[in-house]
Amino acid sequence: MSEKHHIIPVWFFVGLLLLVYGVVIFANGIIEWSNPPDTVLANLHAPVWWGALLVALGSLFCYLFRPATKT
Amino acid sequence: MFSCLLTLVTPQRLVHLSSTDLFIIVFYFVLVLGIGFYLKRFAKTGEDFFLAGREMTAWVAGLAFVSANLGSLELLGWAGNAYQYGIMAAHWYWIGAIPAMVFLGLVMMPFYYISKTHSVPGYLQLRYGPEASGLSAITFAFMTILMSGVNMYAMAVVMQVVLGWNLHFSIVVSSLTVGVYVAAGGLFSAIFNEVLQFFLIWFGALLIPILGLIETHGWKGMVARIHQNFPGQNFTHLWGPMNSASNNPMGVQWVAIVFGLGASVSMGYWCTDFLVVQRVLSAKDVRSAKLAPIIGSFFKMAVPLIVILPGLLGRAVLPFHLVAANVAQPGQFKYDDVLPLMLARYCGPGLLGLGVTALIAGFMAGMAGNVSAFATVWTYDLYRPFLRKNASDQHYVSMGRWCTIIGLIISIGTAYLVRHFTSMMDYVQALFGFFIAPLFACVVLGMLWKRVTRAGGFLGLLAGVSTSVSIFAMMKLDPQSVGVFCFSPLAQPLAQAMWQALWASLACVTVTVLVTLVTKPRPDAELRGLVYSLTDVPHEEHSSFLRRPFFWGMVALAIFVVLQIIFW
Repeated sequence: MSEKHHIIPVWFFVGLLLLVYGVVIFANGIIEWSNPPDTVLANLHAPVWWGALLVALGSLFCYLFRPATKT
Repeated sequence: MFSCLLTLVTPQRLVHLSSTDLFIIVFYFVLVLGIGFYLKRFAKTGEDFFLAGREMTAWVAGLAFVSANLGSLELLGWAGNAYQYGIMAAHWYWIGAIPAMVFLGLVMMPFYYISKTHSVPGYLQLRYGPEASGLSAITFAFMTILMSGVNMYAMAVVMQVVLGWNLHFSIVVSSLTVGVYVAAGGLFSAIFNEVLQFFLIWFGALLIPILGLIETHGWKGMVARIHQNFPGQNFTHLWGPMNSASNNPMGVQWVAIVFGLGASVSMGYWCTDFLVVQRVLSAKDVRSAKLAPIIGSFFKMAVPLIVILPGLLGRAVLPFHLVAANVAQPGQFKYDDVLPLMLARYCGPGLLGLGVTALIAGFMAGMAGNVSAFATVWTYDLYRPFLRKNASDQHYVSMGRWCTIIGLIISIGTAYLVRHFTSMMDYVQALFGFFIAPLFACVVLGMLWKRVTRAGGFLGLLAGVSTSVSIFAMMKLDPQSVGVFCFSPLAQPLAQAMWQALWASLACVTVTVLVTLVTKPRPDAELRGLVYSLTDVPHEEHSSFLRRPFFWGMVALAIFVVLQIIFW
């Protein structure tokens, strides 16, 4: 993104955010699997598959735009 | 910080945050502050601090462009408006955005970029001179501070409704964080955080429509439930109820939507509001600058999925009715509460933290956008031309940093003004009408017609703003006059704002043309690079059509038309 300043691409920070949030939400979804929260459609276990999606996207962004990589 | 917050909770709240939710919120604050300090080393010159070095790609500039508008107004105000008015609120995302964004990319952006201006008032300085530029800069600075206050207030309301946090403390904490990271990294920080916010908002809010549609068994099931809950009212058609003001809850006719919203407010906001234009000015070249708003237009078209649809789902699934803010009794929820209510309905620990963080990010990015734009306009369009012309670049950067802090302090004061208005969106629409619609008429006339004179531009802009303020005041002081200006006494505040903007634009164009015809134009040599007929705009005839902004602009317009037909 930044040629003059060699700034870490913003996409790396996006990936970091998604990865950390994905791990936390996925882990929380697993922990509460047998005792889901008192929300509508809790039986669908949204935190598990949503957390997994965030982990996948976050990992991809972190890998593709890691600071050592020239974009 | 957050342990302090927990001690300030009030007894009434929608949800209780778990430690997972708190971790997610704290991580966001740590990350944005860390990015701000990291970027501080790169924001040394004026071009770095105020225009992010002019080195952003089309994608980064495009996402920042659309995110700068994805703050509190989008998330809370428009979900509330969707609950109140139905799918008609989507007009503000489609006809109220897409044509204007494509117009900005294809027609106006080359002039902004080629003239190398730092701001929209800066373009007016080059085209018309200091009078129009000064008027525009002062009104813009005033508006951004008020808008920043709106964002602060909206965030504090969310924190109060959802979490029970103290309203005043939320305002102070959010403004301190924004002040630190924008003062450190300037537009670099603002843009980085807008891109982060874009992803946060999508991943934090997208579960609401997904789970909502599962609960209602799809779109048809949702529509059936709305008809069952609110018989005889039309909340699910975009244009059908527009043939008469009495046929829709907004009290508006299609003329006001097409010409007031589509041709005045929307064009004014997306093409001349420096808050959003500044993001595109950070692009690395003309092609990126043209492409950025068009990239943004595709995402803008999709935003109703996470803003309008939750409002409609609220009509379908909430077991109680929301009411207008001015009639809400203690214990009753307001229209603007619909999004937090839906979030609490579907999201448990973890996801709730993500949703709340998305809201916080949206509000903070909105504040950051306003204060960074304010700092630029104050420094380059008011301080430098009128107070200190020949200072060093370092001096102006320092001034920009101080403006960020001072602007936020003023914003805190203006946040409390918002509490006296019945709806946040009505308030903001009124502001758009005051300044933005006539500004667009002034800028676009100057770009497309070389005959327009310095006096014509200034007096036209002045007439437009005066007309707008006068009509607003008359409609507030004498409700009978609503029927005169809006051609229907049923017009609701949003509809009134559309008519107000339309009259202001007409006044600006009329006065500009009349004054121009009796005053002496500037020589052509002084207007090169500033007006259409005297500027060589780079074309892309030799590149593949897939790389041409024009092609993607047409694709965006085609999808826009299809959406109108689907939801007619």
